[in-house]
Parts: sequence; structure tokens; C-alpha cells
Amino acid sequence: MQKVFGRPKGLTEIPFHYCPGCTHGIIHRLIGEVLEELNIIEDTIGVAPVGCAGFSLDFFSCDFVGAAHGRAQAVATGIKRALPDRIVFTYQGDGDIAAIGTSHAIHVAARGEKITSIMVNNAIYGMTGGQMAPTTLTGQVTTTSPYGRDNGVAGFPLDLPKAIATFDGAVYVASVSVDSPKNILQAKKAIKKAFRVQQAGLGFALVSILSTCPTNWGMSPVDSLKWLQEKMIPVYQMGEIKVAEEVKGL
Amino acid sequence: MPKVVVLSEYCKSCGLCVEICPKKILQIGDKVNQKGYYTVTVTEEEKCTGCTLCGLVCPDLALEIYK
Amino acid sequence: MSKVLLKGNEAIAEAAMRAGCKLFFGYPITPSTEIIEYLAKHLPEAGGTVLQAECEVAAINMCFGAAAAGARVMTASSSPGISLKQEGISYLAANELPVVIVNINRTGPGLGGLGPTQSDYFQSTRGGGHGDYRLIVLAPSKAQELYDLTMEAFDLADKYRNPVLILADGFLGQMMEPVLLKEKKEGNLPPKDWQTDGCKGRAKRKIASYFLVNELAEEACQRWQAKYDQIKEAEQRWESFYADDAEYLLVGYGTCGRIAKSVVLNARKQGMKLGLIRPITLWPFPVKAFTSHFDGIKGIVTVELNAGQMIEDVKLAVNCRVPVHLYKRQGGMLPHEREILKFVGQVFNLPVRGEA
Repeated sequence: MQKVFGRPKGLTEIPFHYCPGCTHGIIHRLIGEVLEELNIIEDTIGVAPVGCAGFSLDFFSCDFVGAAHGRAQAVATGIKRALPDRIVFTYQGDGDIAAIGTSHAIHVAARGEKITSIMVNNAIYGMTGGQMAPTTLTGQVTTTSPYGRDNGVAGFPLDLPKAIATFDGAVYVASVSVDSPKNILQAKKAIKKAFRVQQAGLGFALVSILSTCPTNWGMSPVDSLKWLQEKMIPVYQMGEIKVAEEVKGL
Repeated sequence: MPKVVVLSEYCKSCGLCVEICPKKILQIGDKVNQKGYYTVTVTEEEKCTGCTLCGLVCPDLALEIYK
Repeated sequence: MSKVLLKGNEAIAEAAMRAGCKLFFGYPITPSTEIIEYLAKHLPEAGGTVLQAECEVAAINMCFGAAAAGARVMTASSSPGISLKQEGISYLAANELPVVIVNINRTGPGLGGLGPTQSDYFQSTRGGGHGDYRLIVLAPSKAQELYDLTMEAFDLADKYRNPVLILADGFLGQMMEPVLLKEKKEGNLPPKDWQTDGCKGRAKRKIASYFLVNELAEEACQRWQAKYDQIKEAEQRWESFYADDAEYLLVGYGTCGRIAKSVVLNARKQGMKLGLIRPITLWPFPVKAFTSHFDGIKGIVTVELNAGQMIEDVKLAVNCRVPVHLYKRQGGMLPHEREILKFVGQVFNLPVRGEA
């Protein structure tokens, strides 16, 4: 008998601290597999956000740096400029990259910074206990939108990948989801391509991944996947939003 | 004959694998791991086809699949 | 070794390059912009990279990344920009990352003005960011020192794995003076066996500063404090000018330290035993300068371009056993030698001839 599925080398043995059913863990696995399959574990430096994934430094087998909230892409820029031949990626929540970190998200794209960014969009601030995020849906109840997000008061869900795709330096932008096996496999393809874009030094690559937050959505893990499918997917532009010419050849 | 091995200390009883298994042979068992989760267990192992869907959806790498 | 006429800011930039600085992340702000301009022109030729960031917050975090990767890296700004970097600086200190930071102090608070002041003294020496951390703070008083202290800042940063701040002012940054372009001293600095540059051939490394277990948090704090105590013991620097037989002392750093020398010389001409202690490290504050020959001192005047900040450190250094007065100018104004000497005469009722 042969092992056909298990923990990839890109991950350490340390169990995840995420809540039961939180799909951060699936995203970690996909990245761990990509790091192993592209054989870049030893050449990669990851940059962690502040948020639920702020403790992901222990989960990946490659070197990892913890950035201040929102600043992962700026830290990654510094690493990449110091070590242009290494692979540098950021792993950030929606609050980290699309709220406080927005200026860096825009400028790494505008500069075509040769790094890869993974954005985990669960439409809420998880670690701090379920507050509204820029990605929170209209009408979605959170601890800071207790009557449901009111567009008149707190504006509209922010589709960061859609915006980032408009910047010339962003050569690959995809929005995927890990709500079903099919979508998980699609998500892995996008993540792998985003890392290969960096290997080829073509420019900035962003993959946004819709993910669940059972605890703060107040739903079971299984119901959370359904809510994501019914409510989130229709709001965000999905699929490969931008594939620059030079990336098509990859 | 394909086999699913549950690494019970990683399981958080989230039930995503139970939901996805096409053969419905994964159940939340009655054994508790150190963190206090009732871990998943494979019931009729002979029905397992090794499709790995359970592994794909497991957020905690608690399942290893052999074929 | 060549001697060239350089603007203060350019002396800093040239020194950084010769110290082996390969990366500079910055953002334009008067009166420090010549630093990024000079490096943008010359650093690439030396195989380095200059990146103008989207803001100062981005710049300091880029420095974080470059330092974590093991590179020599610098940033420079002026007061409002330095305020924006405070969180990042706290992270640099907690993660023990060697970065050289330059503050060409301008008037504040608020938008302020472009004139020289020393109103960022507290922010520099007490820390403007969160948590118990310290920066080594160096205070040059002329272009040569802007050069020498910048070059040395990189070694101090690596020696102690700590960010180092150069605190100058708009006057020093903008003034042109002859500068001797000394070469880098090859010191034996500790190896960077902590840098996160890819784990090929070694175990994985992490650079992070979260401590969720209180016991570990306290251990980290004790480790940092032990380092700061070590720096306090080893790195206090000051210039003593006519201070050995002095009865009265001026204390002033940077531009004020320079003006104070003229005051001392004028006073001595009139037979007044006035001396100067010019702090070169603002942190660690040179307490030793005051304890070594302290008995004969009857009074001190600190000369500052702020509302009175360094005066607190001087009072602490002398345990308030001697009257310490403040002579200050603000808003970008500089004190004239005569007004300082007149003030010394008044507060200690000493005879001072007006036309000195």
C-alpha cells in the first residue's frame, strides 16, 4: 500500500491552532504542497500577518517572519530587495491586507514587486472575535455591525483582487475558494501558478481565497461552507481575474 | 484495499470529512483526544475507494490515505 | 583619503554607502530629502538599491524585511515621518533587527516648520513606540560627525542587534562643510546566525515578536533589558570641553553643543570657569560624564532647542544636587552665544561683560 494523501513536506508537524472547521488549514496544506512540489522550501521566506494566521510561522517548513498588522507586503518587499533570488510570499487575512495594509497592497502591485501574496478572505476579523472587515457582506452581522452591515454607514464589501488587477505590475490575480474539493483543487492550481510567476520573475501575483470562519459566523463548519457558497461567492469576482501575456506562457 | 488512517490528535471533530465521504463511512466516534475532541473514525473500511476527498477537505491534516 | 565639501545630509548618505549599506527605503520630507536623493544617484552604482516607498510606514517595514534577510539597511526622515515609523521601530527593537534610522529633526508638533530643533529628544530617547525598548541614539554636531557617527551606527547596530538612531537637525542636515571620507573600519562583528534568508543547509528560522505566554514574555523583556544595561555600561559617549576645572557647566548636544563651545571660550576670556559637556550618545545618556569630576560644579545650564527635554536627564545624572537651569529657543530659532552667556550670568549672578 502506498500513501496517496498526507502531510506535505512544506508543513511542519505542528498541529494548527485554528478553530474546528476553519479552512485556513486547507490553505496551509495547499501552500505546503506547492512549496514541496516546486522544491523551493529551502529558498522561501514567508511573511505572516497579524490575525488568526499570525501564528502560522510555526506551521511552514521554510523560514518565516512575523510582520506588524498590515505590513507583511512591505516587509516582504524588503526581504525580496535584499535577496532577489529567493522566493518571498505573504500570507494575510482580509483585514490585514484589505484594511490596514491597503496602501502596501496597491503599491506592491503598482511596483510589480516580484513577490507572491495569499489573501485569506473570510469576511470578518477572526482573531479579535468577529468584527466587521472591509470584506464583510452587506447585511452581515458581526460584533461591530450588530444590525448587519449597513452600506449607508459602513460602505460596501471591498473586492481587493478586482482592484489590484488594474495595476500593471500585477501580472497574475486570481480569486478562488476552498469550499469544495473541486474548488480546492482549482485553488491549488492558482497558488502554484502564483509561485511560478515569482520563480519566473514576471511581477506581482495575488491569490485571494474565500475561506470560512465558523466560530465568528456562528455556524457549524458544514453550514459555513454552504453560507460561503450561497452568500460570498456571488459578491466577489471569482476565477483568474488577470493573467498577463507573459504569464500565459507559464 | 484503500485505507484511511485517522491521526486522532490532529482531529478537531469538525465533521467536514463526514459530510463529504461519498460512501458515508466516516463518523464522529466516541473516543476523545487530548484536546477533548471526539475524533472521527472509519466505519466500514472495506467500502473505502481511496478517493481522498476526506483528506482534501480536512483542515487539520488529520487523515492519511493509503492505496 | 579625500576631503570634500558636502552638505550634512549628503555626508550621512556617503557614510552609509562606505559602511556597506546596500539598501535604503525612504520617503521625501524636508529637511532630510537630500539623503534619499544622494543615495538614489549613487547607491545603485555601488550595487545597492534605493526604493522610495509609498509612505514612511512602508519604508520602516521594508527595512524590517531587509534587516531580517541580513542586509545592512538604512532609512531617513524628519520628525513627522519619524512619528509614522514608531510602531515599526518598536518591532525592530523587539525582533532585535539592526537598522540605522536618521531623524533630521524639524520643528513640531504638527506640520511644524523646517527650522532646526531638538524637540524629538524625548521621542528618540524614551521611545515613541509601544513597549520597553531602547534605541542607541547618536547626536552629531557637525558634518564630519554626521559622517563618522553614521558609519559607526551600522557597526553598533550589528554589534548589539539593535536599531540605531542618528538625531540631527535641519541646520546640520542642510549646512555644507568639509568632510574627510574615511574608509570602513573592519571590526569583528557577531555573525548573523539568525537571519531569515532561506533554510538551505540549516534548520528553519523564525523572526517574530509575539509572546502569548507571560513567562516567555518576561524572559524576553529581561533579555532586552540586560542588553540595554550592557549598552549603558559600554557605550556612553560625550565630549568634555574645558570641563575639568569648571565651576559651571553648559550641557548641549548637536547644534547647541557647537554654539556652547563659543560661549565657553568667551566666558573663559572673562575669567569665568565655564565648561561644556556635549553628549554624543543621547541614549545611553552619558551619566558618567557628570559623576567623574563632579565635586567642583556649582551650577549647570542646559542649552536646548525645545521646551526642556534633555534637562531631565541632566538632573537625573546629578541627582538634583546642583541647580540645573534651561536656556532654550524654539520654533527653529537658534540661540546666540551672547544671550546664553548673559543667561548664565543672570541665573548664577556672575559678572558678565555685555559685549563679549
